Amino acid sequence: MQTDFLNEARRQAEICNACRYCEGYCSVFPALHAERAFSDGDLTQLANLCHNCRGCYYACQYTAPHEFDLNLPQALANVRQDSWEEFAFPQSAARAFQKNGVMIALATVVGFALLFWAARALASAGGEGFYAVLSHNAMVAIFLPAFLFPLASIAVSLRRYWRAIDAGRPTLADVVAGFRAAATMRNLDGGHGDGCNFEDEDRFSNARRMVHQAVMYGFLLCFASTSVATLMHYFFAMPAPYSLFSLPKILGISGGLLLVIGCVEMIRLKLRSDPALGAVHAWGGEVGSIGLLGFVGLSGLLLYALGQTAMMPAILVLHLGAVLAFFLLTPFTKMAHGFYRLTALVADATRKRGDAA
Amino acid sequence: MSKTPETWDVAVIGGGNAALCAAMTAAEAGARVIILETAPKPYRGGNSRHTRNFRCMHHGPLGPLVDSYTEEEYLADLMKVTDGKTDVALARLAIRSSEECLPWMQDHGVRFQPSLSGTLSLARTNAFFLGGGKGLVNAYYRTADRLGVHVEYEAAVTHLEMDGDRIGHIDYTQDGQTRRIIPKSVVVASGGFQADTDWLARAWGPAAKNFLIRGTPYNRGIVLADLLDQGVEQVGDPKQCHAVAIDGRAPKYDGGIVTRLDCVPFSIVVNKNAERFYDEGEDVWPKRYAIWGRLVAAQPDQVGYVIIDAKSLELFMPSVFLPIKADTLEGLAGQMGLPPDRLRATVDDFNAACGDTSGFHPTELDGVSTTGITPPKTNWARPITEPPFYGYSLRTGVTFTYLGLKVDENAQCSVGNQPITNLWAAGETMAGSILGQGYLAGFGMTIGTVFGRIAGKEAAAHAN
Ligand SMILES: Cc1cc2nc3c(=O)[nH]c(=O)nc-3n(C[C@H](O)[C@H](O)[C@H](O)COP(=O)(O)OP(=O)(O)OC[C@H]3O[C@@H](n4cnc5c(N)ncnc54)[C@H](O)[C@@H]3O)c2cc1C
Ligand code: SF4
Ligand code: SF4
Repeated sequence: MQTDFLNEARRQAEICNACRYCEGYCSVFPALHAERAFSDGDLTQLANLCHNCRGCYYACQYTAPHEFDLNLPQALANVRQDSWEEFAFPQSAARAFQKNGVMIALATVVGFALLFWAARALASAGGEGFYAVLSHNAMVAIFLPAFLFPLASIAVSLRRYWRAIDAGRPTLADVVAGFRAAATMRNLDGGHGDGCNFEDEDRFSNARRMVHQAVMYGFLLCFASTSVATLMHYFFAMPAPYSLFSLPKILGISGGLLLVIGCVEMIRLKLRSDPALGAVHAWGGEVGSIGLLGFVGLSGLLLYALGQTAMMPAILVLHLGAVLAFFLLTPFTKMAHGFYRLTALVADATRKRGDAA
Repeated sequence: MSKTPETWDVAVIGGGNAALCAAMTAAEAGARVIILETAPKPYRGGNSRHTRNFRCMHHGPLGPLVDSYTEEEYLADLMKVTDGKTDVALARLAIRSSEECLPWMQDHGVRFQPSLSGTLSLARTNAFFLGGGKGLVNAYYRTADRLGVHVEYEAAVTHLEMDGDRIGHIDYTQDGQTRRIIPKSVVVASGGFQADTDWLARAWGPAAKNFLIRGTPYNRGIVLADLLDQGVEQVGDPKQCHAVAIDGRAPKYDGGIVTRLDCVPFSIVVNKNAERFYDEGEDVWPKRYAIWGRLVAAQPDQVGYVIIDAKSLELFMPSVFLPIKADTLEGLAGQMGLPPDRLRATVDDFNAACGDTSGFHPTELDGVSTTGITPPKTNWARPITEPPFYGYSLRTGVTFTYLGLKVDENAQCSVGNQPITNLWAAGETMAGSILGQGYLAGFGMTIGTVFGRIAGKEAAAHAN
């Protein structure tokens, strides 16, 4: 990992450790105050625990122009960003996409092109609805590996991460605690419930927390929709298309709406926030991956709305192309953060249990 | 000064805790309020931006505070640290009002947190601000803004014109120009004079030039001096200041809390001639850090050197600068600019005077002491033997000065025995009215909050 990022985070962590005024904002500070010296692994873990709520920036008496020049959200964002590149498998893919919105857009276009080609070459005369555009077997042939590869890649990354931070053995309770913290985004409530500082300097608001939850749960609902549909297809011999009040559609529509609204609002909040409090060089990559996710949701909704019209094949191809790009890019873009964040929260629960014992 | 001066109901001078409490209270009473803050926006909030808690009386658990802390106990704590030099009536007023301050602070945006790790002893008496004093100051500026308070930054007040028994106008400089406003009421909340080291040197002697100022560089006592020159009643000993021993590498101003060093009880402290000069183990550090501010001030070049060995390194809170480290005492002496042979001799003498250390207990007065040396070390005396050896330099860090404006229970200032009809003072600038000497952790913010609110209320009532 980049030593200048680590050294800067270490310098700032040492100042915070002598100060401790921000202890109640989030999980980072109690973890930080439990150490006296900070190894690279410690800093990597602190960085991935940080939700970039920025409370500790606006409350800090040592931010520039003060000579101590504190900007902990930025210092941790740089380490965090760098750690995702470091632990990615393969690394070169992460170096290409993490910080680069243009590359993400290009990959998405390649996804579209691939699907156009597939639709031409692999359309099935006998199929109905979507499967007339692309046969079911062709969809499986494309998307099964596109789904499994990222999972395998992320599994490798998380193993590397866990080794680097040298966390102990988690118990089931630690895992549950980690999931709970992620499910509620507890670390974005500011410790007082008023939320975080993001879009309007030191004003606390729950906007970012709500928007983040919309994206996360929107995505999970969409994912549930696809999973339910897959089960229905294989186990109940009920292939698509589904009616409006079927489970896949209810999940898909609600999820799609949350996802689109969430992504649009997230980008709007990001545009109002101060980029210097994050990983400045990764801004494009972050916005690119949120945009891609939002496009997945939007094209999915359009597909529901216009599925019976002549535009369906084109929209289907765009949607599937975006989904393909999204899946394949997940380990190498901002989207990976969810997995690291969850792992960091589990590791933090593990640490707390260890310290208490 | 071309424009006709603006008129305001209430002008508040300063932008820290006391000023903001006064401004919000006056605005809530319907007054048109202006804050004149000499600092630029990133440095607004004076010493208040460096604070972490305020001391609060309470009957039963209140907010983050556990158990109870009665008026009598609070007052007794205060009398102990000030050696009885306390205005009891005003002190009781501050103490009694502190309980209603906590919910008031929450209503105005302050958020509290449980007492910080490493400060458990304060969990009953002191309520900690989430994010520290700058978090508090930010919340107050937001609330003040919502209440319509107008804030001018980089507005350095230079003069309050006394006109009979009232203040006629205020002059301040901003953007290189002199401006004037005419307020109906004035609240002075511009802190002490500690950042003016010339003034400190006049009071303290030239040694004061080597002192570090723990807080804001903007509290230079300009308004205080202006008012005292015009005969406004003063209080407090000009020589008295609250000073503590801090890391000698701290910046000249604004180093704040992180420059504190808690390792003295586990160390020996020598001066630049490598001689010990005081019992390092006299009492627990929170009760001794202020005394050490003075002790170090009395040493040549106003500097001390703390020496510990490897076994003590983890016994105290980490500080902002890493210690100087060496495998031998001579090496450490070399790095710290101390005479190596003298340091060796001092340490050898000390080590030889140490006795049975089996009773060593880092958080209690353990009675593990030296015999046969002067000065003795009466607790935590363990020989300095285990390499690597670590060293810190110590300097005097001034927190605030005591000389200030004398006020009554309405926070009102006076000339002779006559009240000035439209002048009130709050916070550090009048704290000498209550504390003659000494200091109780968290009481500064209590004084500012209580008297800021009183001053704001009175000022608004007068303006209406
Ligand atoms: C490092 C440190 C830690 C501390 N911790 C605590 C703590 O935890 N709890 C506690 O109770 N106390 C603490 N104190 C003491 C506490 O800071 C003060 O008692 C308190 O902040 C005083 O508040 P104030 O509003 O009177 O003054 P300040 O907050 O200092 O405000 C004075 C204001 O006046 C402005 N000003 C000065 N001159 C002019 C001028 N000519 N024109 C216009 N504006 C002017 C300044 O810029 C500043 O905004 C600490 C002090 C320091 C230095
Ligand atoms: S961010 Fe600043 S105020 Fe917060 S703990 Fe660190 S040094 Fe202290
Ligand atoms: S930015 Fe927020 S989450 Fe990150 S360390 Fe600071 S307070 Fe904690």
